[in-house]
Amino acid sequence: MTATAETRPEVGTARLRKEDAHLITGRSRFTDNMVLPGMLHLAMVRSPFAHARITAIDVSAAKASPGVFAVLTGADVAGEQGSLPNAWPITPDQKAPAHPAIAVDEVAFAGEVVAVVIARSVAAARDAVELVDVDYEELPVVMDLEEAATDKVLAHTSLESNKSATWVFDSGEAGTGTAIADALANSDVVVERTLYQQRLIPAFMEPRSIVVDPTGQQITMWSATQIPHILRLMLALTLGIPESKLRVVAPDVGGGFGGKLQVTPEEVITLLAARRMGKPVKYTETRSESLQAGHHGRAQVQRLKIGATKDGTVTGLHVDLLADMGAYLGLVTSGVPILGAFMYNSIYKFPSYHFECHNIFTNKAWTDAYRGAGRPEATFAIERMMDELAVELNMDPLELREKNWIKHDEFPFATVAGLEYDTGNYEAATAKAVELFGYEELRAEQKRRRDAKEKVQLGIGVSTFTEMCGLAPSRVLGSLSYGAGGWEHAQVRVLPTGNVEVVTGSSAHGQGHETAWSQLVADRLGVPFENVEVLHGDTQVSQRGLDTYGSRSLSVGGMAVLAAADKVIEKAKVIAAHLMEASEDDLEFTNGSFTVKGTDQSTALGEIALAVFAAHNLPDGVEPNLDSEATFDPVNFSFPHGTHLAAMEVDTETGEVNVLKYVCVDDVGVVVNPMLVEGQVHGGLAQGIAQALYEEAVYDDAGTLVTGSFVDYLVPSAPDLPHYITDRTETRATSNQLGAKGVGEAGTIASTPAIVNGILDAVRHLGVKDIKMPCTPSRVWHALQEAETTGGVQ
Amino acid sequence: MIPSAFDYAAPATVEEALGLLSKAAADGNDVKVLAGGQSLIPVMKLRMADPSLVVDLGRIGGLSGVTDNGNSLVIGAMTPHHVMATDPLVAQHLPLLQQAAATVADPQVRHRGTFGGALVHADPAGDMPAPVLATGATFVLAGPGGERRVDAADFFQGYFTTAVEEGEILTSIEVPKYTGWGSHYEKFTRVAQQWSIVAVAALVRVEGGGIAEARIGLTNMASTPLRATGVEAALAGAPLTVEAITAACSHAGEGTEPASDLNGDAGYRKHLAQVLATRAVLAAVGL
Amino acid sequence: MPSSKSISVDVDGVTYTDDVEPRLLLVQYLRERLGKTGTLIGCDTTNCGACTVHLDGVSVKSCTMFAVQADGHQVTTIEGLAQDGKLAPMQEAFHQCHALQCGFCTPGMIMQSTSLLKENPHPTETEIREGLEGNLCRCTGYQNIVAAVKSVADGVEYGDSGVSVAESLVDGNAETAGVS
Repeated sequence: MTATAETRPEVGTARLRKEDAHLITGRSRFTDNMVLPGMLHLAMVRSPFAHARITAIDVSAAKASPGVFAVLTGADVAGEQGSLPNAWPITPDQKAPAHPAIAVDEVAFAGEVVAVVIARSVAAARDAVELVDVDYEELPVVMDLEEAATDKVLAHTSLESNKSATWVFDSGEAGTGTAIADALANSDVVVERTLYQQRLIPAFMEPRSIVVDPTGQQITMWSATQIPHILRLMLALTLGIPESKLRVVAPDVGGGFGGKLQVTPEEVITLLAARRMGKPVKYTETRSESLQAGHHGRAQVQRLKIGATKDGTVTGLHVDLLADMGAYLGLVTSGVPILGAFMYNSIYKFPSYHFECHNIFTNKAWTDAYRGAGRPEATFAIERMMDELAVELNMDPLELREKNWIKHDEFPFATVAGLEYDTGNYEAATAKAVELFGYEELRAEQKRRRDAKEKVQLGIGVSTFTEMCGLAPSRVLGSLSYGAGGWEHAQVRVLPTGNVEVVTGSSAHGQGHETAWSQLVADRLGVPFENVEVLHGDTQVSQRGLDTYGSRSLSVGGMAVLAAADKVIEKAKVIAAHLMEASEDDLEFTNGSFTVKGTDQSTALGEIALAVFAAHNLPDGVEPNLDSEATFDPVNFSFPHGTHLAAMEVDTETGEVNVLKYVCVDDVGVVVNPMLVEGQVHGGLAQGIAQALYEEAVYDDAGTLVTGSFVDYLVPSAPDLPHYITDRTETRATSNQLGAKGVGEAGTIASTPAIVNGILDAVRHLGVKDIKMPCTPSRVWHALQEAETTGGVQ
Repeated sequence: MIPSAFDYAAPATVEEALGLLSKAAADGNDVKVLAGGQSLIPVMKLRMADPSLVVDLGRIGGLSGVTDNGNSLVIGAMTPHHVMATDPLVAQHLPLLQQAAATVADPQVRHRGTFGGALVHADPAGDMPAPVLATGATFVLAGPGGERRVDAADFFQGYFTTAVEEGEILTSIEVPKYTGWGSHYEKFTRVAQQWSIVAVAALVRVEGGGIAEARIGLTNMASTPLRATGVEAALAGAPLTVEAITAACSHAGEGTEPASDLNGDAGYRKHLAQVLATRAVLAAVGL
Repeated sequence: MPSSKSISVDVDGVTYTDDVEPRLLLVQYLRERLGKTGTLIGCDTTNCGACTVHLDGVSVKSCTMFAVQADGHQVTTIEGLAQDGKLAPMQEAFHQCHALQCGFCTPGMIMQSTSLLKENPHPTETEIREGLEGNLCRCTGYQNIVAAVKSVADGVEYGDSGVSVAESLVDGNAETAGVS
């Protein structure tokens, strides 16, 4: 196939993935697969207590154990380990405890590392872990978020309060809307609810793994991370190692979902151990360790008030959050609730909005980004409240939403939270979803089951959503006190053979960037898809980048790739004109060739690349390469949106729920590869449904994680999830030339409230008003019992 | 993920295995008998068990398979769940065990995990004990003093505890045939591969338009599997109606002592037992 | 120190003889001793199925077997599935149906799916889902995995267009397979 023969544009085509070949044949390069000469292995000694003072550590027996090279405690590395970074101090007076990789004096959650064994094999290291004798003096623990907010028990002895920071946005003060107190006072109805966002665990399938090779001129770290570039910078800052002496590689990475958006104690420890030993060192966590000591997500108490007039026009929304930081502030722990602050008004035209968030420490694993990060929490809250308001006003939930949402001809729209939504069409997405769902028929079936008092009742759950994606305009991040920008970097090189190398700073861990970026570049440079190679995930190859999170890769990273490709065309044009002895103004670039307008004289990009390589005949002053680089900083976020509908069956005898039908219609803007988009939506739905029905990180009162393995932390398998019916509508984003909006988090955001609204809709006539997530059969059944005994409406 | 170190022996005969067990006992060694290993190995990996010797029954011939013994089936202790779920003799005479075996864990575990291993492990949430208890099977144990036979009613003694004494090995289970009886195993979980929150095994003999006899086993309603004797008594002679069966099954929570955990409290489990018993019996009689 | 045992195992058509510690798990033997790193470890409680291989032709979780138990047996891993450079139908179907994203569950998922069809060549969608209950995936939401398994059961032959035609493979599922 030649470039000129290609007529179908790559963008929009469901290209099969380049990533698959090695993954389906077992030729994978996950970090734990790596073996280096002389490599040593680590095992961690972790605190069984949630809060304790370390009074003594005896490592002598462990050191004497066969195959053990060394045992390090916090005291041993106190002078070099620094404190793990928090890159998002949301207020100038934010409080945070020091966060050593190996605890020195005090542990603040169960699972914190107190010592590390370095041994010849994993087995030898694990055996020796049991021989490390740590004396603890137990301290009082505070596990409950609302109790922690009272400061009766302190999570850290070094802090005077469990409050880390309070962050406020008020539309009256910001000038984006009216004062909330007046708005609520002037409402016909005010609905007040407290909702709970349970604590979740990202539960990526590949446990985190790190290999550090200290031999040679640089220290090289392979890590199962989403953020090789940020990790390198943060390690340099934390440990005082010159950045240029560190190389970080993220090889095949087995999922992240925000859970690998972190600078971890284990990464620091592995580096320190390797540096001490002068030998390569590997650490791979067990799943139990991953669940216990990897960061968690969500964990908020949402105290909400929404006001409206009798006709259903919302007058204002008041949001007061308690956000559980856990024991420490990780990389962006404190900022996660703030990412939600701009989304509580969602797709609606609320005239007034107040948001305040109190970040609170507890003696649990710290929270941080998990798929959606702040935005699922916000969407859940507002979509649950819209349903509650609809019930209060006796309106159809879709009708109430439509009454309040921004109409398609009202874009661009300045929201009460201070964002400018560029485009969207909520009517179109909703109409399509309603049609695919068979909304009226299911409402009729619901009525039939109610009238017949059937044991299995039916409910319809509605959720619309929008989110801010394409993180992020650097200036906006600066205004929110985030410690970095939101740009992305790319390089494009045309090789002498005509093959194209694309280097992206946005490294993937399952998303399919290699395929999508190849499609972008194939179209732009007019070269075959197969001739494009995408390189990423190694700071020595991809020197600059801000990595992958926040549905940013295509709308920011993809734009950088296109900008770099355009620069290559500009460079090549000068040379093409020289080679064809034509004026640059007379050239046009189509299908990978420069043609002199009105003639059949043309030269292909590959021919130019070869001429550049030989450099025998270049114009004066033109450098002999077809390389370029570009950095793209978005001017605005992008705002994907969608409408999700769930038909939920509730077995009133057992409390068991079943997803009878799930329909979602998402508008993610222009789509480069519909197959990849579909995959992202499916996976997002699964995780959002899992929050609604299955998953919760549960601690006992003493501070032990009860859901410490996959036996109790219930990640759903294939029979536990429904068949999804998905479709799309499309409005172009204007914040990037591609018109893409982002899709990585969409499914997760809307599905959770759709499922819970559906369950409540099925049993609300029986008197049930709320069920905490996850909506387990036991909780649903108890809610039904309670409604019955308190005289719920029959 | 890595068990503590242990010695390993794979005897070729039951006698050799018994010899290893008695020698270990004499030496004061902590020994574990390995059947399919689908519960033992995970526990060893988490170092919640660290035997100094593991005796693997996997190389002993004749411990696996199902044979017809007239009024009963003799099932080798090492018969994998997968075989239980697909064996034609089991399907014909003990469809209850076939159905229950097909719900154990997941396909990979059913390929390795064994019928006898699951019974000796005696997890209260395991799916084989309650159905076997309902059948009134006989457990055949080999020990230093020869063979010993234990009734199902005496076999399950407590949380992870059975009548198998130190130095003994379960070699087979003789299960009376229930050819022609209606049967059903009703299992309740939150996710597919989970242990049972509650499950009910029902064997029902229908005669002359009514229920002549019923044998009901309860999974995870106490530290051992239980017979729902109140339900059994109420079903005997009951007519084949939804109302009668529902009423009889309202006794399912009687005498149970279920645990409370993340999946539900004891009250919820008692309620579930009634609902699931009703469903199991209705399914068993085809209503 | 407990004594090592000598074992002889056929893995992907090659017979290996090695001394192993009794506590060495089959998956560790495959990964660490034989370099068969295609088989992965995702949990420590026999839940995730990432380590699924075939033992004498049936699927097992290689994290829940000791290497000594495999003595004298035949093991097939994801690395032994393709024959003569040609992908096995299940591997091809996973690619064609976009049934993988990060790829970590994929080796186990493909091995279990293959075993599933061996035992039930024409499963319903429900039977496919239940047959995969011991394999966790965090990326795909399972729908395309189910589609891939069904396509193999249906004997679908894929062309080499390099473009997904998956939508036509799943009954009544035109809107779900990602081709617009």
